[in-house]
Amino acid sequence: MDFDLTADQKLFRSTTREFLEKEMPLTRVRELAEGGVGFEPDWWRRGSELGWNSMTVAPEAGGDSISGEGLVDTCIVAEEMGRLVSPGPLIGVNVAATALSEAASADEHAEVIAALMAGEAVASWAVYEPRGGFAPLAPQVRASRDGAGYVLSGVKDRVDGGDQADWFLVTAAGPDGLAQFLVPAGAPGVTVTAEASLDLVRHYARVELDGVAVPDSDMGGGVVRPAGPAEAAVNRQVQVAAALQCAETVGAVQRVFDFTVQWAFDRYSFGRPLASYQALKHRFADSKTWLEACLATAGAAAHATSQRAADADELASVAKSYVGQRATDIIQDCVQLHGGIGVTWEHDIHLYLRRATVNRVMFGTPGEHRRRLAGILGV
Amino acid sequence: MTEDVESFRLRARQWLAANMPRLAPGEDGTLTEISDDKWPRARELQRLLYEGGFAGICYPREYGGLGLTPAHQRAFNSECAGYEMPLVLNIPTFSICAPVVLDMGSEEQKRQHLPAVLRGDEIMVQFLSEPRGGSDLAGVTTRATRDGDVFILNGSKIWSSGAYAADWALCLARTDWEAPKHRGLTMFLLKVHQPGVEIKRIRQTGGNNEFCQEFFDDVAVPATDVVGEVNGGWAVASRQLFHERTAVSGGSPYVSAPAGRARRGPGVAALIDLVRATGQADDVRVRELVAEAHAIGRVQQQLIERITDGIRSQQLPAPSAAIGRLFGGESGSRLAEIGVEVLGSHAVVGEAAGGLGGVVSSQGGPGEWVPPEKEAAERARLSMWAQRS
Repeated sequence: MDFDLTADQKLFRSTTREFLEKEMPLTRVRELAEGGVGFEPDWWRRGSELGWNSMTVAPEAGGDSISGEGLVDTCIVAEEMGRLVSPGPLIGVNVAATALSEAASADEHAEVIAALMAGEAVASWAVYEPRGGFAPLAPQVRASRDGAGYVLSGVKDRVDGGDQADWFLVTAAGPDGLAQFLVPAGAPGVTVTAEASLDLVRHYARVELDGVAVPDSDMGGGVVRPAGPAEAAVNRQVQVAAALQCAETVGAVQRVFDFTVQWAFDRYSFGRPLASYQALKHRFADSKTWLEACLATAGAAAHATSQRAADADELASVAKSYVGQRATDIIQDCVQLHGGIGVTWEHDIHLYLRRATVNRVMFGTPGEHRRRLAGILGV
Repeated sequence: MTEDVESFRLRARQWLAANMPRLAPGEDGTLTEISDDKWPRARELQRLLYEGGFAGICYPREYGGLGLTPAHQRAFNSECAGYEMPLVLNIPTFSICAPVVLDMGSEEQKRQHLPAVLRGDEIMVQFLSEPRGGSDLAGVTTRATRDGDVFILNGSKIWSSGAYAADWALCLARTDWEAPKHRGLTMFLLKVHQPGVEIKRIRQTGGNNEFCQEFFDDVAVPATDVVGEVNGGWAVASRQLFHERTAVSGGSPYVSAPAGRARRGPGVAALIDLVRATGQADDVRVRELVAEAHAIGRVQQQLIERITDGIRSQQLPAPSAAIGRLFGGESGSRLAEIGVEVLGSHAVVGEAAGGLGGVVSSQGGPGEWVPPEKEAAERARLSMWAQRS
């Protein structure tokens, strides 16, 4: 992605790529899909040993990045995963790892953070609610005071990897405004139902919270008290999700673009390679332009978020709105450039189109991020 | 030892505050409309920068520059917002013509022209396109015939922006009619105002009349003003086109211009003002369009930085400069479309119409129109590279 990767980052990229190519090639992704499996916990644990879930953890809470910009390092993983349409809860776990480790209550979450880093537990951000769009600052799930703790009631849905999550980071409306809670998937009153997904291996779930008790202070769970305003903490989660998702999308688009260019050289039509037709060359040049723009803006969002820059909210929404739309434009065009083979189940391009489409709309559509952006600009 | 970027930035900040004229509130200092008196004003401003020791940040010291890095230039650019800057000298003088002299000129040419350019004494212009040939540069038919120590020029050039206000031109002419078309060309440094050169200005649909056409009638050019080799003009022109793509996409390290401003089309701040003035600030559709315009501007800056870094570190091949150009052409028309879509019939009359003057020039701001055949050429260049990689 970046032109200024350090030697250590390059090494990390190649280690991650080798691991994914060996352990989770597209043939394996298809097998998982056939079996209705999202990801294999053992595979996730082994991947986590490479550092997939430790780099976004705040250093004070035991996190350890490669370059000093932990999210940028994690985006390398996301990009490689996009390249192979990998399964796995990378976004949910890293959003939760960021939120928990940066919270004022980080010490109380230490065990969960350690388990997430080791890949032994999986967390997901429960932010969407039925019949609503992406409105992370305006949840309907209610958190009421109950003695020394809270009781959560309401429904979350489209929870990324929710069917295999051990913990949910629930964004809710508390008695004093926006509040977040760490809820075990097995807690009494929690009902998880898998939802059918457009992506073959990225599953979603509906999570019903029926009077779920959350103790105020409890080792390994409970109230996630933000270090600053709750809105800022939630916006930061949006930034992290957006940066990882955009990185994954550009990894996917880069791969599709590369194999489509190769196809254009290999495929002969009317006695000439497709690549020799000027009308098609121009389409490739346009796609290359958009791809570079996607890489540029995804990278800028990752750096801004990593550095906690003042314009991180703005750049996250710029990247999400641009990449979300352009990525699917490019892949759709690549489907057309493939011809009939591009719309067969056996060709891999639909796996990429599915992933890019899911990434386009989850954690905010381009339109939703433009509306956020209008607010940030003070229109 | 080279001054570090942060100390340079602080020094620039202090110097700008003490010496450069500030823009009036509401003025963004961009080149939405070029009036003729901008040129003498630009010379004065450039002189100020030169005397203050802030001209030619990335030009070598031996030719009057500071010999610093693009990072220093970027630091200066982030500091000079809010000040009146000689922006009209950026394209083509600082970012295209002078870099070509620097890359391809003789030692005497560099010593004669570069310090003069950095002092604001010399403004340069490109004499490339011709009335008959469009952007097919290799098909140039302006004739230069050797006569002892001079060449005699006859022919015509067109689409040279700001020629009427310029001092010197880089002029491509044919010196060998027998050779294959790319091999019979020579690049000249040509004094713009001299006997035999007639300049006519062209009025464009967007209100701009910066473009010119020139007619040459037995113009004598000393042989010492040949840039590069006689009949080696194609190499010089190629270098010039490289700098032009880099400059027009906004990636040139040789210009001082405020960073962070939205390039092309109606500026987003102006668009927001117009949205408020027309009572549309609560319209969700309008808000999305304004945000889209803003996002395009941001992505364009991010893209240019990426391409510039990629080319400099040789992780992208030089023709990738075409990417910025293609993005600019497309985003320019999208921004114009957003302007019209947001303002509707308000775009037709009054202040809003003035603010959207660029809309009717179809491809964005003054002087940045990309002829269709040139856009096709950029795409071809990019796809040729894709085939190699």
